[in-house]
Amino acid sequence: MDLAPGASARVVSVSAFDPKTPELGRRLAELGFLPGEAVRIVARGLLARAPIAVRIGTATFALRLFEAACIRVCPEQPLLR
Amino acid sequence: MDAATSVPSPLIALVGNPNCGKTALFNILTGSRQKVANYAGVTVERKEGSLLTPSGLRIRILDLPGAYSLDALTPDEQVTADVLLGRRAGETQPDHVVCVTDATNLRQNLRLVLSLKRLGLPMVVALNMTDIARRKGIVIDADRLAAELGVPVVETVGVKTAGVQALIKVLNATVSPSRGGNAAVWLPLSASDIEHDQAEVRRILQLVGGDRLNGVTFSDRLDALVLHPLLGPLILAVILFLVFQAVFAWAQVPMDEIKLGVAAFGDWLAALLPTSLLKDLLINGILAGVGSVLVFLPQIIILFFFILILEDSGYLPRAAFLLDRVMGSVGLSGRAFIPLLSSFACAIPGIMATRTIQNPRDRLATIMIAPLMTCSARLPVYALIIGAFIPRRTVWAGLQLQGVVLFALYVAGVAGAMAVAFVLKRAGRGSSFQALMLELPAYHWPNLRNLGIGLWQRVEIFMSRVGTIILALMVILWALSSFPAPPPGATGPPIQYSIAGHLGAWLAVLFKPIGFNWQISIALVPGLAAREVAVGALGTVYALSATANDMNGALTPLITQSWSLPTALSLLAWYVFAPQCLSTLATVKRETNSWRYPIMMAAYLFAMAYVGSWITFRVATALTG
Repeated sequence: MDLAPGASARVVSVSAFDPKTPELGRRLAELGFLPGEAVRIVARGLLARAPIAVRIGTATFALRLFEAACIRVCPEQPLLR
Repeated sequence: MDAATSVPSPLIALVGNPNCGKTALFNILTGSRQKVANYAGVTVERKEGSLLTPSGLRIRILDLPGAYSLDALTPDEQVTADVLLGRRAGETQPDHVVCVTDATNLRQNLRLVLSLKRLGLPMVVALNMTDIARRKGIVIDADRLAAELGVPVVETVGVKTAGVQALIKVLNATVSPSRGGNAAVWLPLSASDIEHDQAEVRRILQLVGGDRLNGVTFSDRLDALVLHPLLGPLILAVILFLVFQAVFAWAQVPMDEIKLGVAAFGDWLAALLPTSLLKDLLINGILAGVGSVLVFLPQIIILFFFILILEDSGYLPRAAFLLDRVMGSVGLSGRAFIPLLSSFACAIPGIMATRTIQNPRDRLATIMIAPLMTCSARLPVYALIIGAFIPRRTVWAGLQLQGVVLFALYVAGVAGAMAVAFVLKRAGRGSSFQALMLELPAYHWPNLRNLGIGLWQRVEIFMSRVGTIILALMVILWALSSFPAPPPGATGPPIQYSIAGHLGAWLAVLFKPIGFNWQISIALVPGLAAREVAVGALGTVYALSATANDMNGALTPLITQSWSLPTALSLLAWYVFAPQCLSTLATVKRETNSWRYPIMMAAYLFAMAYVGSWITFRVATALTG
């Protein structure tokens, strides 16, 4: 999820980034990161632009980069880079 | 009281996502009649209260830890799932479940409701925070929601009693006295189950209203500042500065008052009672022990006042967000920052403040390194030794050498903590990737009632439980330093002949390689009560009048004559790491509910202190010799 703050996108798929931790992908799904849901980047950290604050539905979650990497999105607004 | 009734009181469990206002609702339902403890064997807080319905039914209410799912990922979620399924030893399975939902965030909350429905326990849904939802233009048709879900739905407002009355009415009508043995079955959800539930949630939300994704909210506008990469840390620094300024400055007056009050009471008792062993125990054992605990109370109240406000308003998770990258590099959670910073005042409030860290593993790591933050009780010892051994001279551009040494001692503590945290992270089992997945809830004004109840619970925990362990230890320590009494015609200070004295003589053998003489070794024993007591104890060992007003002034020439510089530096290094505060270890025992961690902590701190002092002593001897 390489989006700039303010950017919106729609979730395409969620899968564990590391096969050793399958519960990670499921937990992201349980938090609401499910195909078709709209996400928006609220803020990013200063160092290495992490963690990332992501709006999903009506809730906001802070994710570390490896967590965000589990979520494939399709941008709805112009990408950074 | 409940024992009088023949039928056992029904047990209701409050379940909900984190941040749904569950605890505020619990506070209204039960008032201040709450029992706070830990679940056996885990560092998860257990809160139980009770409620008397208008028809005279006594209902016990259990506030289960917030959970996103019944397929637990964290130990607190595991507790919630186990209790609901009746799998947790020592807990009765609830007769009824109140699922608390945040009306502004049903999209997320309803999935848990659907999971709970699968579980098959009798359930009521509390539609909480309806006032905030209405202000945001979200109006939910509660009757329609109840029809779609097939369970009663009650509108509540987390901080007002009106909605709660309606909930109590429903509970009164539907909750039957304890039958026990609910056959709750839970099969872990598959990915398609979750997607199916989400489709169901979307369908229900379409029907009842509230399927609006609000645009830019007040919280978003505030977050643009608070989470800003540059402004955010600046705001955090200002807030933390104010909090710790308050902890140090505001607490000073009440702390002095408590010290004076305890001293005055001791003098009054001393004048009243004839000289006897009992009098000595009362004044030097019990009263001194109680006084040394009570004195931390103002700092604890002030610190928790701010922490509870920051937590309740939703700022604390933001602070954790801002600090996650820095703290995460040594395997700590961003939330560890406040407890660790508090530990510079005293490790006791710091360790108690780790309750804001939900992940028990992160919490344990934070507890384990908290004593390495240089607490204020170490200052009298540092001041004595630095004043006696470090020359007063300017090293560079107005920097005082004494100040530089003091700063170096603080840095050594922090560096030691980082190293230990890093080792703990490496030793930690499981994935090298630690999940964050931290919810940043909408901001709201802290509620005074919740603040009051929260503050009172912290005071109660500190006073009653920690107070008892600390008090017992103090009395033991007093006995060790007083018995046996010196033989007639003894010339040395009385403590030399006591068990503590013999212990000191034995310790002196152990401590010889790190340069401590027997006087230092003896003083370290009563110093276990509180670090600064070691200064007074040194005075006793060197046979100074214990009432000397200027202990440092009188001790300084004595120790400059009898200690070498390597010995002094070695003692400083010892004080950076050594486990010498029984109150801290007692707090760790209390917070972790186990003797394992305080023992581990004492062992690793002792090893670090010994190695640190040994290196310091050897290097200093080589350089000066």
